[in-house]
Amino acid sequence: MADAFAAVETRGLTKRFRGGQLAVDHLDLTVPAGTVFGFLGPNGSGKTTTIRMLMGLIEPTSGTAQVLGRRMPDAARTVLPQVGALIEGPAPYAFRSGRDNLLRYDAADPTADPRTRAARVDAALERVGLGAAAGKKAKAYSLGMKQRLGLAAALLRPRRLLVLDEPTNGLDPQGMREIRALIRELAQDGRTVFLSSHLLDEIEQVCTHAAVMARGRLVVQGPVAELAARAQDRIAVTTPDAGDAARILKEHGVTGLTVTEDRVTGEPPPGDRDPAELNAALVHAGVRVRAFGLERGTLEDAFVALTGEGFDVAG
Amino acid sequence: MSPGDITTERPPPRVAATLGLLRSELGLTFRRLRTFALLGVLAAIPVLIGGVVRIETGGDPSAGSGSGGGADGGGPAFMAQISNNGLFLVFTALAATLPFFLPLTVGVVAGDAIAGEASAGTLRYLLVAPAGRTRLLLVKYASTLAFCLAATLTVAVSGLVTGALLFPVGDLTTISGTRIDYSEGLWRALLIALAVALSLVGFAALGLFVSTLTSSGIAAMAGTVGLLVTVQILTTIPQLDAVHPYLFSHHWLSFADLMREPVLWENLYANLRLQGFYALLFGSAAWARFAGKDISA
Ligand SMILES: Nc1ncnc2c1ncn2[C@@H]1O[C@H](COP(=O)(O)OP(=O)(O)OP(=O)(O)O)[C@@H](O)[C@H]1O
Ligand SMILES: [Mg+2]
Repeated sequence: MADAFAAVETRGLTKRFRGGQLAVDHLDLTVPAGTVFGFLGPNGSGKTTTIRMLMGLIEPTSGTAQVLGRRMPDAARTVLPQVGALIEGPAPYAFRSGRDNLLRYDAADPTADPRTRAARVDAALERVGLGAAAGKKAKAYSLGMKQRLGLAAALLRPRRLLVLDEPTNGLDPQGMREIRALIRELAQDGRTVFLSSHLLDEIEQVCTHAAVMARGRLVVQGPVAELAARAQDRIAVTTPDAGDAARILKEHGVTGLTVTEDRVTGEPPPGDRDPAELNAALVHAGVRVRAFGLERGTLEDAFVALTGEGFDVAG
Repeated sequence: MSPGDITTERPPPRVAATLGLLRSELGLTFRRLRTFALLGVLAAIPVLIGGVVRIETGGDPSAGSGSGGGADGGGPAFMAQISNNGLFLVFTALAATLPFFLPLTVGVVAGDAIAGEASAGTLRYLLVAPAGRTRLLLVKYASTLAFCLAATLTVAVSGLVTGALLFPVGDLTTISGTRIDYSEGLWRALLIALAVALSLVGFAALGLFVSTLTSSGIAAMAGTVGLLVTVQILTTIPQLDAVHPYLFSHHWLSFADLMREPVLWENLYANLRLQGFYALLFGSAAWARFAGKDISA
């Protein structure tokens, strides 16, 4: 139910760290309420810094951030009880049990009802599958279990917004599947989920909307389907005459060519020309074509097309 | 989704919520191995002193000097009386631990208060809970003060028990030379323990302030203890006489005045004023620092 209300809205949000590092640069982000919003970007692109500003942990250098319609960090006291957050990995008290950890975090929330505390803690532990390990000290937890404990802390109370910073970090494939299933489940009650990740397939699997960050800037945001559609299909030709094929394709307006030993790929020429004509042209020129086809664009292609670079760490 | 779907629960009154966080904080401080270790060391000191005195005097009450008058420093005068009356072990142990061991343990706890949570990463989760920065700082200070009291009482109780086991107990002679009975002596001992605990209030605030400066628990503890050592060295340099009245330890030995008859309150009050001044100054500094601090650990 994506209505007009924005669960998160930033305008010109900027963070320059004291060292001079510009971590977030004039970010205009709109997260429609009720969406599962993927916040995608390579390592160091400013995802966690943005989340810290949204949660009132760090002060923006300039710009504004609104969460659930209220200005942060000023409205932290009223907004944050309605927000569950996992920020840059879990951080339990190592020498306390999982249950004690949740009791402590719940006691820190002045709006949490102490009479229902124990019951809510147990329910949250069950929900993330930690029921059996609740009495174990957190230092004996695996990374995946700590990650789950962090999620449980975010689920201690009914939340309107969940902010999850790389919640599947450090999990095995089975754990990833479980957490993603849990996230989809959580999103079903109309809750907004803001999920940061550097994993494209995670965003494609889980999210309805996404924003892409690169070097502190917002590259694009919108429904995932639209973003993926931006990724152009590519023409792919398998041939022993790769050099000739590339020349002919270029003459016919194909751009962005990449040539390997026996394979040429490129973006189709603009306009509605039937790709079959390209094939005909290749054959006509005597290029021996083993296979000719179109490859579907993925979010990853979209990302590469949008940022003009690979999915690597910015300096 | 209705925006109000969390209102099925009733939030507790603000004061109750803060007391809940304080209880959680006290649980965290006092159910911790490190706290047991610190208190254990403090408890051992009166036992050590008592043991040494017992061996030196061979358990013979008359071996100690009977006169309590003429001493202004507290420590040695009390020490000489232990073999006459075990209760003096309480005063001696407090006098022996107050200059360094007691504030050392307080420095560890206060220095770690905020910085320790920051380096463990738990601080960010407390703040998004949201604990509230001012509230969290107040609760941290309150639990540090609770530790000051617990540490002082540990020394006092250990001294009381050791003294009663190793030496005779009974009526005692005050520094002014008058006699008071044992129950009056116990009252004085309790008052002295409170006076010693209150002597640590200023230093605890200083430690809390240092704790807001860094996100390394170890650095904050080392910094706080370093300040303690520095100040205690400064007090021994006569050329710095002009500065001495402003050092947090200046009136620390005023607790001995509670063993006079009648009690001399002047220095005790001066100590309270000084501690209050430190608490206010460094409490505000800690708040100013912490309220606007970027939490990026
Ligand atoms: N406390 C800090 N002081 C100085 N620079 C910082 C600080 N925190 C982050 N940065 C810098 O800001 C940039 C963005 O960091 P951020 O942690 O927001 O990235 P991220 O997108 O969350 O990366 P990752 O995927 O690795 O978690 C990085 O270049 C980082 O070096
Ligand atoms: Mg990050």
